[in-house]
Amino acid sequence: MEVLKIATAGSVDDGKSTLIGRLLYDTKSLTDDKLEAIERNSKKKGYDYLDFSLATDGLVAEREQGITIDVAHIYFSTRKKSYIIADTPGHVEYTRNMVTGASQAQASIILIDARKGVIEQTYRHFFINNLLRVKHVIVAVNKMDLVDYDQSVFENIKTDFEKLNAQSSYAEQEVTFIPISALKGDNVAQKSDTMPWFKGESVLDYLEALKPGQEEHTAARFPVQTVIRPKQDEFHDYRGYAGKIYGSSLKVGDAVTVLPSLTSSKIKTIEFFDQKYDEAVAGSSVTITLEDDINITRGDVLVKSDEVPQSSKSLTAAVCWMDGKALVPGAKYEIQHNTNRILAKIDSVESVIATDYSGEDGSKNQLTLNEIGKVNFKLSKNLFYDTYAENKAGGSFILIDLQSNTTAGVGFIG
Amino acid sequence: MSTILKTNALESEAIYIFREVVAQFENPVLLFSGGKDSITLVRLAQKAFYPAKIPFPLLHVDTGHNFPETIEFRDKLVEELGLNLIVRHVQDAIDEGKVTEETGKYSSRNMLQTTTLLDAIEEFKFDACIGGARRDEEKARAKERIFSVRDDFGQWDEKNQRPELFDLLNGKIEIGQNVRVFPISNWTELDVWSYIEKEKIEIPSIYFSHKRKTFVRDGLIWSASKYVYREEDEEVLERIVRFRTVGDMTCTAAVESEADTIARIVSEIKTSTISERGARIDDKRSEAAMEKRKQQGYF
Ligand SMILES: Nc1nc2c(ncn2[C@@H]2O[C@H](COP(=O)(O)OP(=O)(O)OP(=O)(O)O)[C@@H](O)[C@H]2O)c(=O)[nH]1
Ligand SMILES: [Mg+2]
Repeated sequence: MEVLKIATAGSVDDGKSTLIGRLLYDTKSLTDDKLEAIERNSKKKGYDYLDFSLATDGLVAEREQGITIDVAHIYFSTRKKSYIIADTPGHVEYTRNMVTGASQAQASIILIDARKGVIEQTYRHFFINNLLRVKHVIVAVNKMDLVDYDQSVFENIKTDFEKLNAQSSYAEQEVTFIPISALKGDNVAQKSDTMPWFKGESVLDYLEALKPGQEEHTAARFPVQTVIRPKQDEFHDYRGYAGKIYGSSLKVGDAVTVLPSLTSSKIKTIEFFDQKYDEAVAGSSVTITLEDDINITRGDVLVKSDEVPQSSKSLTAAVCWMDGKALVPGAKYEIQHNTNRILAKIDSVESVIATDYSGEDGSKNQLTLNEIGKVNFKLSKNLFYDTYAENKAGGSFILIDLQSNTTAGVGFIG
Repeated sequence: MSTILKTNALESEAIYIFREVVAQFENPVLLFSGGKDSITLVRLAQKAFYPAKIPFPLLHVDTGHNFPETIEFRDKLVEELGLNLIVRHVQDAIDEGKVTEETGKYSSRNMLQTTTLLDAIEEFKFDACIGGARRDEEKARAKERIFSVRDDFGQWDEKNQRPELFDLLNGKIEIGQNVRVFPISNWTELDVWSYIEKEKIEIPSIYFSHKRKTFVRDGLIWSASKYVYREEDEEVLERIVRFRTVGDMTCTAAVESEADTIARIVSEIKTSTISERGARIDDKRSEAAMEKRKQQGYF
């Protein structure tokens, strides 16, 4: 069955978790025991309604404070699709967790509280969705029940948001607006008669009709994860390169070049478990053997010989910073790009990008937690890379802090 | 005729994760419970490294209160695939006085497993422990990363997890820390059963409908066994049951079921109105039972 990965976004208390809980409820995806737990705990909190956010806020601290701290992954399916939803936190302090959830998404639902309209976190999350190039965005104007389902409230927010959209760096992004009440279920799984003026679809109907399968086909990339060398006698000379194919398919007989050594060979076999195939599509985890015996290790990338990407010992990328320790010039980090890790030094912070689309500030020369900026890197080795717009896997990397080992930031090569 | 491999996205993701583990860690281990999820993991590991053998051992933390069927099954699987199995016993930790056996109506060795697990991690210096936990099982598990860092006390810092983006898994740790790895994070119970059906994977007989001596407590069906405390007024009856999830006897409840084939199990799950862990006695202890256990180093 088709799988659709979705992430929620929007400011604290805009109703993200409630929307997901409501979707589960309306699609009968909550089993009796889970529903009873929600009823019990809603009562305990003194509510006279069901608090659907309890379906996803799985940590004690989250339930105590009534906010989401980290991403919850929620699963449900309809007759048409399987959904994987990342319910992300709205609080600015947890932006890194929001980015974690959004990085996997094919579609994103940005919630806006109808009473508050477009606010700072709305900008920031939409900006992150532009940066990540999430193809489909639903802007759900929530809590319409609290503004008497008033059309003008919806239209005003829509107009405000469209002004942002006009400045987006990702013109191909498809943005749809839906007025909802997550709590009451209006326009969530069913069209509601409380808003007859709204002619569009419900959130679920929109998701059901999405066709995310058509990822743009780009150059094939095969980052080698590990080399398979069986110890059994019958496979004495066997050397298989294990990895996942990105971009587009690979075929037996394809002329390939190994990065970074630039040695060439031809694909001899494409194997998956005990079967051999003539061709494997993007997304497949396979084992590839080559005609020639060449030296290949983890971190190398096989590409088609007529699609060798650019390479350089320096790099400019948009970086989303996720560490408490600021990113400053001169600092060293390890870059993990595909399955490769190389040392990198921060050359300069070219600018901090305002996530409200008001422009770039070139005067700061550092990035602090949750800031996004343009950063220049010097690399210890030559790196072959794509731009993120061309190829998501080949154009993104994480920065690993050398002391704490944590993932301190994510880069998008421009 | 040309053959094109069209992959199952979940299977492909799990295999990718296994390969990252072997590439990024020196001393990984697969935590093997004998349940369907860990059996599925073994099949995925086989596929990830074929034609080489699975390049890490299996660790079973044995509470001593197992269903005999799962132990038989475990030993047969290990034998057939030529795997390296390590078993560590909760009984040893009890004998050494490291932990005390619970007593009373709800006594179970489930919590005690954590000590034995952490001791084994220290003994073998495991830096990555691969487990079959799934995010759809339980709300605290829904919060887990694929690579989840544990400090040298085995603790999960759930409010301060590492960001995890795209396919870029960061397994860098300090000595003494370890990473819990969950290759089938994104699988649902139904995904696992459908995979078992499609791949014709063998599973222990207790997953299929059978006759068993049982009693009912708190609306759950418990196995009557010398390991399970029972009050005098709790009447033992023979029922037709099966298990949906397999821990040890003291923490896993049965469900009444006639499903005696995988196909019937799949259709039963599709229409079930109770979640898989609805039959886990260990989760019923409190609203936050799983989160608390995880913080202390539980799988
Ligand atoms: N009246 C009304 N209240 C709503 C609606 N949606 C959500 N709420 C309430 O708004 C509050 C916050 O909802 P949540 O779903 O927890 O918000 P959130 O966006 O997930 O918040 P964070 O995850 O912390 O960013 C709760 O008290 C909800 O019951 C709605 O449509 N109408
Ligand atoms: Mg929330």
